[in-house]
Amino acid sequence: MEFTQVTFFLIAGGIVATAVGVVTLRNIFHAALLLIACFGGVAALYVLLEAPFLAGVQVLIYIGAISVLILFGIMLTERVMQPEQTARNEQWWLVLIVMALLASALAFLLASAPWPISDQPLIPDQIAGLGVDFLTTYVLPFEVASLLLLMALLGAVIIARERGPEEMEMEKRPAGDPAERAP
Amino acid sequence: MIPLSWYLALGAILFSVGLYGALARRNAVAVLMGIELMLNAVNINLVAFWRYLTPQVLIGQVFAVFVITVAAAEVALGLALVIAIYRQRRTINVEEINLLKG
Repeated sequence: MEFTQVTFFLIAGGIVATAVGVVTLRNIFHAALLLIACFGGVAALYVLLEAPFLAGVQVLIYIGAISVLILFGIMLTERVMQPEQTARNEQWWLVLIVMALLASALAFLLASAPWPISDQPLIPDQIAGLGVDFLTTYVLPFEVASLLLLMALLGAVIIARERGPEEMEMEKRPAGDPAERAP
Repeated sequence: MIPLSWYLALGAILFSVGLYGALARRNAVAVLMGIELMLNAVNINLVAFWRYLTPQVLIGQVFAVFVITVAAAEVALGLALVIAIYRQRRTINVEEINLLKG
């Protein structure tokens, strides 16, 4: 067995083990820490696939931003689960069956399909090529993605913002009644 | 050289584990974490296909970057919703959030 294959098995084992921990651990904070390890494993896999830019993006956005957001979300909603409650709901065994079926069906289909493996060499300067592609061929999706991020930013602030008691009162009152709206 | 099917099998397993997390957990933040695992599995598949099928053009990596963008937007909005629900109802157990249930 080659060195790269051993590396792949180590990384893949780490990814699957941490992912199983993420979905089964009762302590949500520990699950989030394992999620960070899982994202790191995926970044290592991108290095193995010779996509260094994506590995960097994975570390910056998933480990640096999304994990921190999730940790903040956990801390802001702390102590909501009762100790006697399990982490999984009553239909977990049904989900387990569906999951096993889906995994085996996907693995069978993907392994049996005749993929046209290309023997062409890897594109030489990936990062420069990505920059050119983003600003020429894919400039419209690129701009739409910026707009999506702006909308998500504003939407998240508006949804999660703390409303004062007066504002809550205003929202409850029926609209179109000027006398009611006077303070 | 690692066969392409190994990456695809890993993607299938990771996606299924994420699906379990999204469907079987009670905590809404844990559901979001399951969705993140599923998006990561999709990205592994995209990058593996790019590397093995079309290494001379960068389309697979471009697609993966867009998936990461959408994932970031999704988790920000999802957590904002979780925090808003927590303020209103003092719970983030998805089984107790059933206002729209008939």
